[in-house]
Amino acid sequence: MSATVLPGTTVPAQHVNLKLGPGLTQNSRTNDASPSIVTTRAGSLNHSSNGSKWWVESNSRRYVPAPQESVIGVIVQKVGDGFRVDIGSAHYASLDGLAFEGATKRNKPNLKIGCLVYARVSLAHKDMDPELECFDAQTRKAEGFGEVKGGFLVRCSLKMCRDLLDPKHFLLPLLGARFPLEAAVGMNGRVWVSAKVPKQIIAISRCIEAVDPDGGGMEEIDAKAFLGTLDV
Amino acid sequence: MRPPSPSIPEKEFLFHSLKESLRLDGRLAMEIRTPVLTFGAELGWVECALGKTRVLAQVEGKMVKPPPERPFEGLITIHSEISPMASTEYEPGRPSDEEVTITRMLDKVLKRSDAVDKESLCILAGQRVWHLRLTLHFLSDAGNMLDCACLAGMVALKHFRRPDVEVVGDEVTVHEPTERAPIPLAIHHTPFCFTFAFFHDPAIPPILDPTQLEQRLSAGLLSVALNPQRELCVLQKLGGVPLDTDEVVKIVNIAVEKARDLNSIVNVRLKEDWAVRKVEVR
Repeated sequence: MSATVLPGTTVPAQHVNLKLGPGLTQNSRTNDASPSIVTTRAGSLNHSSNGSKWWVESNSRRYVPAPQESVIGVIVQKVGDGFRVDIGSAHYASLDGLAFEGATKRNKPNLKIGCLVYARVSLAHKDMDPELECFDAQTRKAEGFGEVKGGFLVRCSLKMCRDLLDPKHFLLPLLGARFPLEAAVGMNGRVWVSAKVPKQIIAISRCIEAVDPDGGGMEEIDAKAFLGTLDV
Repeated sequence: MRPPSPSIPEKEFLFHSLKESLRLDGRLAMEIRTPVLTFGAELGWVECALGKTRVLAQVEGKMVKPPPERPFEGLITIHSEISPMASTEYEPGRPSDEEVTITRMLDKVLKRSDAVDKESLCILAGQRVWHLRLTLHFLSDAGNMLDCACLAGMVALKHFRRPDVEVVGDEVTVHEPTERAPIPLAIHHTPFCFTFAFFHDPAIPPILDPTQLEQRLSAGLLSVALNPQRELCVLQKLGGVPLDTDEVVKIVNIAVEKARDLNSIVNVRLKEDWAVRKVEVR
């Protein structure tokens, strides 16, 4: 169930172990016994079945970093031991040279300006530049993060990214049934895709654009027909 | 904050696929994105979309006293400013190089090519002339804003109709649109602008109507403005790779074909729009 909310709406969220997702903030007033939960963006308000998790779902094109989200960034500058990375947010993120699997003081990854990295946001604070890491901080294993080579970068809306990450969404299985492909979906509106021949990559890119709710907004049947016209 | 230049995989993939004459949006090398023209309730309000590039054009007319050096001619002014709404690349206040280029080109294509007959905008010599103000809003940039803006501006001028004016002696009477049908502007010809992108690699053929990525990775742009009657109005090339005369002639010939196609699209759309408008003529 969901209701449409506007920024500033008070949300009746109450739970002993309450978790707030995107678009919600706690309005802590000193004289008020129970702090109220207020929305910060417009969209549809959702909550989990037991009412412990609440979030606002909406579509936008500008990424606002949040911790633990995986993103795709472009290296724009080398700074000392680390890198400055463009992840599509208002500020560049910083990526430490040691935040890679197997990186030591002596053996650091050699990334050039313009390289693409698949990374996780490790710190996102409103008063600081976001920070990224390319490994799991506990296990120090890459877990699929790191530099991505070849392929192509597709840009889409943030809703489309979340849809692509949903295992029940039809698009990636539909494309995968036609030809083998690799994809890395960032939450920042960027999807890195790779396939054997350029024609297939172009087909993926065009399908993502066509299905994007911000662009074509195609449904499954139409997308299938569209893919059929692409001759791959 | 200026966005960084395209990443290495994007650059390599684009060049690789262009070599195989594949474009990212499935177009042919010499194919423009089909323009979508949307007309507003007012006359002279047009939104033009080339793919995701969108430009809004609006024409307003008002009566002013002409400058003493040209007492028989009406005035046309073009206002265009690229705001950060179009893309994060543009900053408010400080005009970027691209903005300067677009503004100058618009001036050449729409004003200096004498597309609109300025003398027909005169009402009473030295006393009253029409002042047309064309405002262009750049709503979103997905490459080739110049062609989109030129098209939007030209269609807006063709779509606009000014109120009928009657002059008896020194008396000027303006008839409301409800009273007398408004009059279209006297348009001599319809120039369209086409932008071609060239690349360093000789294996990559030139492409028409580049997208944002193609435009940023190109090694030079050539803009041709001409009308369907094969009259060349402007040819602009600001640096970039050197070109042969043969190649330029070839490009111009392609542009002529495209101008004819575009002209018929525009005329069909204008006719469709005019058919649904209720105009009362008593």
